[in-house]
Amino acid sequence: MLLVGAGAERLGKKRIIAETGAGQHGVATATVCALKGMECIVYMGEKDMERQAPNVARMKMLGATVIPATSGSKTLKDATNEAIRDWINNPGDTHYIIGGVVGPHPYPDMVARFQSVISEEMKSWQFFEKTGNNLPTHVIACVGGGSNAAGAFYHFLNEPSVQLIAVEAAGEGMSSGKTAATTQLGTPGILHGSKNLLMQTEDGQVVEPHSISAGLDYPGIGPLHAYLFESGRATFLSATDDEALAAAFELAKLEGIIPALESAHTLHALTMMKWVQEDIVIICLSGRGDKDLSTYMKHISL
Amino acid sequence: MNRIQKLFALKGRNILNIYCTAGYPHLESTIEIMKALQQYGADIIELGMPYSDPLADGPVIQRSSSIALANGMSIKKLFEQLKDFRRRPSSGSVGEAVRVILMGYMNSVLQYGFEKFCADAAAVGIDGLILPDFPEYEFEIEYGAIVNKYNLDFIFLITPETSDERIKKLDSLSSGFLYAVSSSYTTGSDKKPGSAKGYLRKLKSLRLKNPVLVGFGIKDKASFDAACQWAEGAIIGSAYIKSLENSPNVNAATKSFLSSKRGA
Repeated sequence: MLLVGAGAERLGKKRIIAETGAGQHGVATATVCALKGMECIVYMGEKDMERQAPNVARMKMLGATVIPATSGSKTLKDATNEAIRDWINNPGDTHYIIGGVVGPHPYPDMVARFQSVISEEMKSWQFFEKTGNNLPTHVIACVGGGSNAAGAFYHFLNEPSVQLIAVEAAGEGMSSGKTAATTQLGTPGILHGSKNLLMQTEDGQVVEPHSISAGLDYPGIGPLHAYLFESGRATFLSATDDEALAAAFELAKLEGIIPALESAHTLHALTMMKWVQEDIVIICLSGRGDKDLSTYMKHISL
Repeated sequence: MNRIQKLFALKGRNILNIYCTAGYPHLESTIEIMKALQQYGADIIELGMPYSDPLADGPVIQRSSSIALANGMSIKKLFEQLKDFRRRPSSGSVGEAVRVILMGYMNSVLQYGFEKFCADAAAVGIDGLILPDFPEYEFEIEYGAIVNKYNLDFIFLITPETSDERIKKLDSLSSGFLYAVSSSYTTGSDKKPGSAKGYLRKLKSLRLKNPVLVGFGIKDKASFDAACQWAEGAIIGSAYIKSLENSPNVNAATKSFLSSKRGA
């Protein structure tokens, strides 16, 4: 992120804009802007600002202006619309730091490369020290737009022995009409400047998605993931809101880690696969759950 | 020579292009509005096909689009409404004179089927297409030939940020006219198009193949006249949609809106 900030500075840009779903990317952008003394505007769905209030507070504390997106389902897609419109209106002094592996070329490629630090770390000496192996057998990550999964998969794309597993948000269930499982329900379409898979009507109108997690609540999927799905290189699974909640509570009790709701979807995939003793599985726990405590508190049974 | 090219050849200056959203304010308003626009002096009608996520549009056209979609508008429905719109035996005819361009976003056109879309548009009497999120590269290698096959004009957009080299490229791929976005704005912006004078003057000096219409931010006689000093005409969108917003009678609203533009 620091590198991106420095790049924007070198381009002579004074103003940074970003879209955010769960607020993680917004906080990262606000952080680098604070450090660089740049103006920072983050677009965030109105609904997401409510359910991810701690991240909104962090962005504001870091000096960013958070502008609610009030159209559509008031979530990530709508925030991305507003960020793109802002950029169209301010092309001279503004740099758009996209968070998702979405948007027009070369954004999906750039974001995947930035996020590839995740799989670089997964392949490090620490992995070898812990397992005695150079490669895992499986890498699992959650996919909304798909940035953390793109980063987690990146350095394993050409390692055919490594199974890549992407987990989407099924929301209230695949046939509930309230879901974000793009690969299961989507068809080829164009959203935010790239052709990918898209949840849409027969007339090509975008269907509003739903997920309990703001970061996965997106009707499209990055073009890299659309390709991994269609080529079969990655396996796509999905977890419902309830399954994600249950997985989050289980991880907290078993390991003492409170995961982000997005990452909780990833954990549920563990119950959907058949494992053998020799499997070495890396789960990308892409965020911590502090930001989701208000949602967890609604569902906690003490 | 296509019909849009003929219009420019015959009239040359002060071309008035008015945007309206199909299916707005009511599902069945489309033809009535087109008739009124033709009657009160529009040279070109830019008929917007509503889309759920119109990235190039500001709040006014976004709102008209979502209302039109809620009314049940779709491309299929629109072609049904447009069937024989130029030569209807009853009073429903829009007539031959006015040029009609369909404006929309690629995704809904792709789902309809690009070639089928062009064929159906040509069959009902559409003259041209504007698809602002259509990349030039794909147009050149694949889709341009289909547009040409059906004898439709295709209009690309340029902005003050577009390089001279790219302007020339988009000019060579366009026919009918070139759409010069007055500044780098989404539609309905309040920024003054006057600030774009240098850019419009530059366009003159590039000796483009196509005439130029200026759009985005044109809302009254003053901004229309200012644009016409440097270009062959201008496009009005959000301001017209706004005038329809609270009006029970689209014909009367169109009459009063257009008489103020033409200074009549």
